Amino acid sequence: MAVDATAAPGGAPNVPGRAPLLEVDGLTVEFRSGAGRVRVVDDVRFTLDRGRTLGLVGESGSGKTVTSLAVMGLLPPRSSWVEGSVRLDGQELVDAAGAELTDLRGRDIGMIFQEPRRSLNPAFTVGEQIAEIARRHLGLSRKDAWDRAVEMLDTVNIADAARRARHYPHEFSGGMCQRVMLAGALVCRPKLLIADEPTTALDVTVQARMLRLMNELQAEFDLGILFITHDLGVVAEMADDVAVMYAGELVEQAPVDDLLSRPEHPYTAGLLGSSPDVQGHVERLRSIPGSVPAVGAWPAGCRFHTRCEHARPGTCDTDPVALADGGPGRRARCVRSGELHLEGVGVDA
Amino acid sequence: MPETTDTGPAEPLLEVTDLRKSFVTKRDVFGRAVAREDAVRGVSFTLPHGRTLGIVGETGAGKSTVGRLVLRLAEPDAGSVRLLGADVLSLSRRDLRRLRRRAQMIFQDPFASLDPRMLVGQTIGEPLLLHAGLKGAARTARVVELLGRVGLPAGTADRYPHEFSGGQLQRVAIARALASEPDLIVCDEPVAALDVSVQAQVLNLLLDLQAERGLSYLFISHDLSLVRSFAHEVAVMNHGEIVESGPGSELFGHPQHPYTKELVSAIPVTRPGRRRSAAVRRAAASIPAAPEPPVVRPVLSHVLEGDPS
Amino acid sequence: MLRFMAQRVLMAVPVIVLVSLFVFLLLDLLPGDAAVAIAGENATPEQIADTRERLGLDLPLLERFWDWFTAALHGDLGTSLYTGQSVGGAVAERLPVTASLAVVALLMAVAVGVPLGALAATRPGSRVDRVVGVAGSLAMALPPFVIALVLVVVFAIRLAVLPATGYESIADGGVGVWLSHLLLPAVAVAALLGAELARQTRGALLDALSQSYVRTARARGLKPLSVVGKHALKNAAAPVVTVLALQAGHVLGAAVTVEFVFAMPGFGSLAVDAVNQRDVPMIQGVVFTSALVVLVANLLADLAYGYLNPKLRAG
Ligand SMILES: Nc1ncnc2c1ncn2[C@@H]1O[C@H](COP(=O)(O)OP(=O)(O)OP(=O)(O)O)[C@@H](O)[C@H]1O
Ligand SMILES: Nc1ncnc2c1ncn2[C@@H]1O[C@H](COP(=O)(O)OP(=O)(O)O)[C@@H](O)[C@H]1O
Ligand code: SF4
Ligand SMILES: [Mg+2]
Ligand SMILES: [Mg+2]
Repeated sequence: MAVDATAAPGGAPNVPGRAPLLEVDGLTVEFRSGAGRVRVVDDVRFTLDRGRTLGLVGESGSGKTVTSLAVMGLLPPRSSWVEGSVRLDGQELVDAAGAELTDLRGRDIGMIFQEPRRSLNPAFTVGEQIAEIARRHLGLSRKDAWDRAVEMLDTVNIADAARRARHYPHEFSGGMCQRVMLAGALVCRPKLLIADEPTTALDVTVQARMLRLMNELQAEFDLGILFITHDLGVVAEMADDVAVMYAGELVEQAPVDDLLSRPEHPYTAGLLGSSPDVQGHVERLRSIPGSVPAVGAWPAGCRFHTRCEHARPGTCDTDPVALADGGPGRRARCVRSGELHLEGVGVDA
Repeated sequence: MPETTDTGPAEPLLEVTDLRKSFVTKRDVFGRAVAREDAVRGVSFTLPHGRTLGIVGETGAGKSTVGRLVLRLAEPDAGSVRLLGADVLSLSRRDLRRLRRRAQMIFQDPFASLDPRMLVGQTIGEPLLLHAGLKGAARTARVVELLGRVGLPAGTADRYPHEFSGGQLQRVAIARALASEPDLIVCDEPVAALDVSVQAQVLNLLLDLQAERGLSYLFISHDLSLVRSFAHEVAVMNHGEIVESGPGSELFGHPQHPYTKELVSAIPVTRPGRRRSAAVRRAAASIPAAPEPPVVRPVLSHVLEGDPS
Repeated sequence: MLRFMAQRVLMAVPVIVLVSLFVFLLLDLLPGDAAVAIAGENATPEQIADTRERLGLDLPLLERFWDWFTAALHGDLGTSLYTGQSVGGAVAERLPVTASLAVVALLMAVAVGVPLGALAATRPGSRVDRVVGVAGSLAMALPPFVIALVLVVVFAIRLAVLPATGYESIADGGVGVWLSHLLLPAVAVAALLGAELARQTRGALLDALSQSYVRTARARGLKPLSVVGKHALKNAAAPVVTVLALQAGHVLGAAVTVEFVFAMPGFGSLAVDAVNQRDVPMIQGVVFTSALVVLVANLLADLAYGYLNPKLRAG
C-alpha cells in the first residue's frame, strides 16, 4: 500500500519522509442487516497532521460516528465489516491484532463523545475514571495515577481539582463532564484526539469555553484533532481543513476558508445557505429540498442528485461520481463542480 | 365565548405580566416541600397579532415553562396572562378548553408528541371533530387539505408515525395544530431534533403560514442564530428572567446586558477567517512553539484582533 | 453514606413492628376460638377458660401485642405449649442448620450464576448463551425437592459418595464433614436461585454493556475483563442484588422443604411440627425469626444499593 502523503487536503505540508499522523484510505464499513449487509461508510479517505484539526461535517446518519469508531477499531466485530486502511504514524490499524489496538487506544488516540454525562461511568468517581487510564497505559502506581488525574482535571480548568476528583459524574454539569472526558482522553498525552460532536449537547456559552480549551490544549499537546460536527459555525471556528460527508461518502474536502467562501459541491453550498447564522432576519430561509436518504436507499449515480438543483438528468443519475481533485488541497464529488459558480459566505455579513 | 370577542384592535394577542412559577425540587419523607427552585421569576412581554416573539436562553433558563404557563398547561404561582382578550388564569375549565383551540403548541420531539398507534389522518382529524364537529367525507377532505398545506401527499393520512422522518412528522404536528385554526402557536424548539438541511424547510413552512393566516408564534429556542433569522422580536432569558429584549438585529448587533453580550459572543460564526492559525493559538496559550513551525495560512487581521474567543 | 445507612435502618423499624403485629395476629386468625383450638376438641369449658387465661386471650388485643412485642425484642419468644422448651432456645438450636444450608446455597448460586450470566451476556446468541439459558429454564422449572431426590438417588445411593441424610455441625465433625452433609441439599436449594441470578445478570449486563460509558472504557483501551468485570458489572449489580434480596424468602422456603428430603434437623421440621401441634408460641417464634431474616436481607440489599449507586447516597 503506497503512502499517498502528497494528496493531503488542505495543503498541509507533509514533511518529507514523515508520514501524516492519521491517514485513512478507502475506508468502507458495512453492517449486518437481516440476512445481508448494508454499507454505511463508503470509500472514505483523508489525512490529518499533528497540531491540525480536520472537521468532519455531515447531517445525522451520514456516517461520521461510524467513521470515527472504525478508526478506533471500536465497531462490533461480529456484526460489522471494515475494509480499507487506517494508519496512525504509518502503523496500519485495520488488520492490527486486538491486543495491539487495545494498547493503542487511550494511549495514542483519545476520544470524546457527544453526550458527556452518559459517557462517564455513574458508579465511579471522576478521579478514578481518569487514574485508571494512567495506571493501564503508563503503569503508574495508584497514588501517582491519582495525582496525575488531579493534575489533568486542573489542566482542563476544573476548579479545586483535588476535591472534585472524589466526586461522581452526577455532581457535575454537562460542560464539566465533557472536560472530565477531555482530561481522560488526554491523560496519556496522545497524538490524536477524536472528538465526536463534543459540544452538540452543550449550551452555547459552555460550548465556547470548551472550544477555547480544546484549542489551547491542541497547542500545548501538539494534538491532531478529528473534529466531528454538523455545525458549520463550529467548523469555521475550529477546523483547518474540512471534509463534508453525505450518505456515507465524502462529497467535498478543502481548507476551511476555501470551503466556506467557495464551496465546490452543491450540497456544501446548500448547507451553507440554510445555515441561519448566515442569513440574518429573513422572510424565507434558504433550504435544501427533500430529506437525507436512508442508509440502504441511496440513489444511484450522484447520491445527492434527488435534492440537487443543478442536477443534470442523464448524467448525474446514472454513474457513481468520483471524488476528483480540484484546486490545491481540494476535492469534490460533483461532475459539474468545474462549471458551477456556487455561492459561499463572505467575510462580512 | 364572550370574553374573546371584545378584542380591541389595539390590544395585543398575548400579554403576559409578571409571571412566576417555582417547582418543588426536594421533599422530605412526608412529602412536604423542603426546597424550591424558581423556574420563572417575573416574566412580562406582549406579542402583537401576526408577529413572532423568540425566547432564547440556555438550558434551564425557564423558556419551556413560560410556554406552558401561557397555555396554562402548568399553573403559575403569580402573574397574569391575557390571550385574545381573555384572562387565561381565571377561565373556567370549559372556557379554557375553547380558548386552547385557538392557541396550539408544537414540541421538539415529534415522535414523542404524536400517538404511535393512531393513523396520521386520525391524529389530524381529532381536533376537527372536537372543535368543528366535522365528520365523514368532509373531515377526510379537510385532513387532505391540511396535509397538502404542510407539503405532505394525501396518502400520508393512512400511515403511522413510525413510517416518517422527523421532518415529515413535524409537518404532521403542524398540520394538527392548524386543524383547529389557531391564532397563536407556541413552538418549543420545533426544529432542534431535525437535520440541518430540513430545519429550514420546516421554518419556511411556519413563515409561509404566518404570512397567509396572520398567525403569531411564541418561538422558544436555544439557538440564537435561528431565533435571529426567524423572530421579529427576541427576549433573552436567564435564570427565569428576561434580561433583555428587542428586535433581533438590534439585540444581536448591540447587546446591552452582560449576559446577552456573553451569549452573542459565544455564537460560532460561519464565516471564513475565524480559525486562528496554530502559531497564533500557541502564542495565545503562551506555549513555546514546537521546533517545526507550521505553515501559517493567511488570516484576516481584523478578525484576529477582534476575535472574542 | 452514613446518613444513608442510618436512614435505611430507621426505615426498617416500622416494618419490624408491622411484621410482629401480623405474626401476633396469627393467633387470632386461627379458625374458630383459639382457646378451643389449643385446648383441644374434647376439652371441658373449665379447661378452655384456663387456656384462655394462660394465653392472656382475655386481655385487650393491643395490650397482649405490646407484652408479646417487648418480650420478643428481648429475645423472649415465649414457651412451647407442648415441650415446655423456650421458643428462643428451640430457634437457636435449629437456626444454625438452616442458616448453614442457606448460606452455602447462596454462595454456590452467586459463584455459579453470576459468572455464567456474565459469560452469556458477553456472547449473546452464542452457543454458551443458549446452553446457559436452557439450563436455567430447567433449574427454574424443577421444584427443589425433586432436584433433592434426584441428587440423593444419584450421589448418595448409586455412587454413595456423599451422605444421604443428617447434619453435623462444624463443632462436632469439622468443616469437611459439615460440608459433605450440606453439599447435596445446598445444590438443590441453589439451583433455582443460581438460575434466576444468571438470568438477571445476563439481562442487566447486556443493558450495561450497551451504555455509552462502556464505549468510553473501550475507547480508553481498558482490558476487556476490566470493561466487563468492573465498569459494566458494578452498574449491572443493582438489579442482581435486588433479585438476591427478593429471593431470600424463597431460599428459606426451599431450604425448609429440602431439609425434609435430607432429614436435617433444621428450621423446617421445627416449623412443621409446630403447625401440626398448633403450638402457637412456636409458630409465632418461627415466623418472626424468618421475617427478621428476610428483613435483614433486604436491608443489606439496600445498603449494597447505596454502594453501587452513588446517586442514591446523595438523596
Ligand atoms: N415539572 C417540573 N418539576 C420540577 N422542576 C421543573 C419542572 N419543569 C421545569 N423545572 C425546572 O425549571 C427550570 C426551567 O425549566 P425549563 O424546562 O423551563 O427550561 P428551558 O429553558 O426550557 O430549558 P431547555 O433549553 O433545557 O429546554 C429548570 O431548572 C427545570 O429543572
Ligand atoms: N452498530 C450499528 N449497527 C447497524 N447500523 C449502524 C450501527 N451504528 C450505526 N449504524 C448506522 O450507520 C449509519 C451512520 O451512522 P453514524 O455514523 O452514527 O451517523 P452520524 O453521521 O450521525 O454520526 C446510520 O444509518 C446508522 O443507523
Ligand atoms: S453531480 Fe450532479 S447531482 Fe450531484 S451534486 Fe453535482 S450537479 Fe448535483
Ligand atoms: Mg454521530
Ligand atoms: Mg425547554
